[in-house]
Amino acid sequence: MTKETTSFVYVTYILSTPEKVFEAITKPDVARRYWGHENVSDWKLGSKWEHIRANDERTVELVGKVVEVSPPTRLVITWANASQASDPEAYSRVTFEIEEYEDMVRLTVTHDELEAGSGMANGISKGWPAVLSSLKSFLETGRGLDVFAKPKAA
Amino acid sequence: MDTDKVFKALGDPTRRRLLDLLCDKNGQTLGQLCENLDMARQSATQHLGILEEANLVSTVRRGREKLHFINPVPLHEVYERWVRKFERQRLSLLHDLKKELEGE
Repeated sequence: MTKETTSFVYVTYILSTPEKVFEAITKPDVARRYWGHENVSDWKLGSKWEHIRANDERTVELVGKVVEVSPPTRLVITWANASQASDPEAYSRVTFEIEEYEDMVRLTVTHDELEAGSGMANGISKGWPAVLSSLKSFLETGRGLDVFAKPKAA
Repeated sequence: MDTDKVFKALGDPTRRRLLDLLCDKNGQTLGQLCENLDMARQSATQHLGILEEANLVSTVRRGREKLHFINPVPLHEVYERWVRKFERQRLSLLHDLKKELEGE
């Protein structure tokens, strides 16, 4: 059975270099500073990658495979909840494209092959804008934003 | 990229309608968007151009089609800068009031 799928395309312009942006996605000690998570892999074609919460529990939240890798301009990975790792239908796809744009970098994140209306589609549509704003802030000012921020409960 | 462009792009009901349409269904063609708008394709194209210029809409070519996607990243930046800052202050006032009323 083919499920209806949905896709999202996010774009941000960052005053930085393609190398730094690529590193910020793939190096755990950089990613943890603006994402609150680490993306852990050897980033070789076909390798596994894991999205790990950068706290004491170090929970593996997402898993996938490296589908395409050409630093510093392109990275394609598959993406699924760690709890659904054994279900091939649970995997969506994320493409990072990094291009120079005047004195900036244009980062495009395309998240597709997502099941329409799924918890994952809902989650990533809230997550990516926060992560990408935080990445931009981190690379431009040295300070990321709090990606877990919620309105303060009174 | 440019906050002025974001605010200017949002300052028009047709463009906000376009963002709502894309929020309901992402990745639409100009033709699909026009079905829900009472205007000529050419005007819709101009509005989409302003949204794209402000980086609120991104486009992807798929074969002969050009698909439009809502890009909320600049909105998130505006939110961080122009909403959350003030919200925080208001919420902490409420928090203080509650504490006082409850005699903590």
